[in-house]
Amino acid sequence: MAQTRLQLKAVFTRDISLAYRQRAELMQPLMFFLMVVTLFPLAIGPNPQTLQLVSGAIIWVAAILSLLMGMDRLFRDDFLDGSLEQITLTSAPLYLVVLVKVFAHWIVHIVPLLLLSPLLALFLNMTTDMYWGLLLTLLLGTPTISLIGAIGVALTLGLQRSGVLVSLLLIPLFIPLLIFATSAIDSASMNLPFTFQLGIMAGIFLLVLAGAPMVIAFSLKVSQQ
Amino acid sequence: MPVLQATQLSCEKQDRTLFQSINLSIESGELVLLKGENGAGKTSLLRILVGLSQPQAGSVLINNYCVLNEIDYAAPEFIYCGHKLGNNNLLTATENLVFWCQLQGMPADKEKIANVLLELGLAGLEDIPAKNLSAGQQRRVSLARLWLKPEAKLWVLDEPFTALDVNTVKQIEEKIEYFLDRQGAVIMTSHQLVSVNRPSRVFELEYAW
Repeated sequence: MAQTRLQLKAVFTRDISLAYRQRAELMQPLMFFLMVVTLFPLAIGPNPQTLQLVSGAIIWVAAILSLLMGMDRLFRDDFLDGSLEQITLTSAPLYLVVLVKVFAHWIVHIVPLLLLSPLLALFLNMTTDMYWGLLLTLLLGTPTISLIGAIGVALTLGLQRSGVLVSLLLIPLFIPLLIFATSAIDSASMNLPFTFQLGIMAGIFLLVLAGAPMVIAFSLKVSQQ
Repeated sequence: MPVLQATQLSCEKQDRTLFQSINLSIESGELVLLKGENGAGKTSLLRILVGLSQPQAGSVLINNYCVLNEIDYAAPEFIYCGHKLGNNNLLTATENLVFWCQLQGMPADKEKIANVLLELGLAGLEDIPAKNLSAGQQRRVSLARLWLKPEAKLWVLDEPFTALDVNTVKQIEEKIEYFLDRQGAVIMTSHQLVSVNRPSRVFELEYAW
C-alpha cells in the first residue's frame, strides 16, 4: 500500500511538473473560457438584468467547452511517447493511476478557472448568492466533467484528430449537469435554497467517481491493443 | 520453473492471423532471439508476452503470474523496452529515469542514475530535456532502465539497437551477457546481428496471410 502511494505520488508530481512546463498551452483553455464569457455581453448588450439572468448558463457552457479543449492531451502525450506503456506495466492499479492523472488535470485546469470566477461573476452582474451557487456547482460538477471526459479521451486515444469526436460524444452527457447547475444558480438568484440541485450533482459525481476510473483504465488498455 | 511460459497463443490483427497456437518457454539464463520478416508479428508477440495486448487465445505466465490478470505481481519481474521509448520529451534524462524508478516502486537514487548515464555516454546531458537529445541518445536513456532494476528476471526488448552507434550496441550486448550470467532471461528482436557470446535460441515467426 505504501509503495502504491509513492507510485501515485510520482504520477501526480510528474503531471503537475509537466503542466507547469507547458504554461502557454495551459493558458489556452483558460483564455478561451475568458473570451467566450466576454463575448456574450457584447452580443446580448450591457443590460445588467439580462446579463444576470443568463450569467450562470454562460459560465457553465464556457467552462464545459474550455474543459473539453484541454482534455485531449490528458493521455495523448503519454500514449505517443510510450510512457503510458510503462505506466501500465507497474504494480500500481491502473484505475488508481488514471484517477490521479484526472485529479492532476482537474487541479491544473479548474483551479485557475475557479480563481477567475469572482471576476466573471462581477462582470456578469451576479449577486453574492448567485456566485456561491456558481462556485459550489463548479466544484461539484467539474470533477464529473473531467472523469467523463477522460473516458472519451481514453476511448479515442488511438484515433487521429479525435478532438471534435470527443466533444460530440461527451457534450450530450453533460446536459444533466448543465440543467442542475444552472437551476441551482437560478434558485440562488431568487434567494431560494439550492441544496436539492447540489445533492443531485453530488450524487452524479459519486456515481461517476465509483465507476469512471475502471472504465478509463479498461479503455486505455483497449486503445493500446 | 520457466521465467516465461506462453501457451497456445494466437493473434489476429485486422482479419489477418499473425500467428496461431504458439508455445514458448524461456528458462533462467536463456536468450531467445525472435526472428521474422516485417509484419510477421514480432512486436505483437512481445506486447502480448508483457500483457500490453490481449491474444485471441492462450495465456502468458511470467514467474507463474498471469500477465493479463495479475500484472501487479508480474510487472516487478520484468523490464519491457518497446518501439516507443517511454521518455517524456519535456523531462530530462534524469527526470525520466527517476519517474520510471518511482513507478517501479524502487527508490529513485539520483547518484546511481547519474552513474548509469555516465556509463552510457550521456554525461553532461542529464539535465537536458529529452526532446533535445538525438535519437540514439534518447534510446540510450530508455535502455538505462536495464541498469536500474537489478531484481528483474526477464528482459523483453523490441529492437533495442535501433539508432545506436556500434560502441553502445557492444555495451548493451555486454550488459545482456552479464544479465544472462546472473540467471536473467532475455527475449529480443533485432534486425541487426546480435553478438552475444552466450548460447541463444532462435524463435522464428513466419509471415502468415
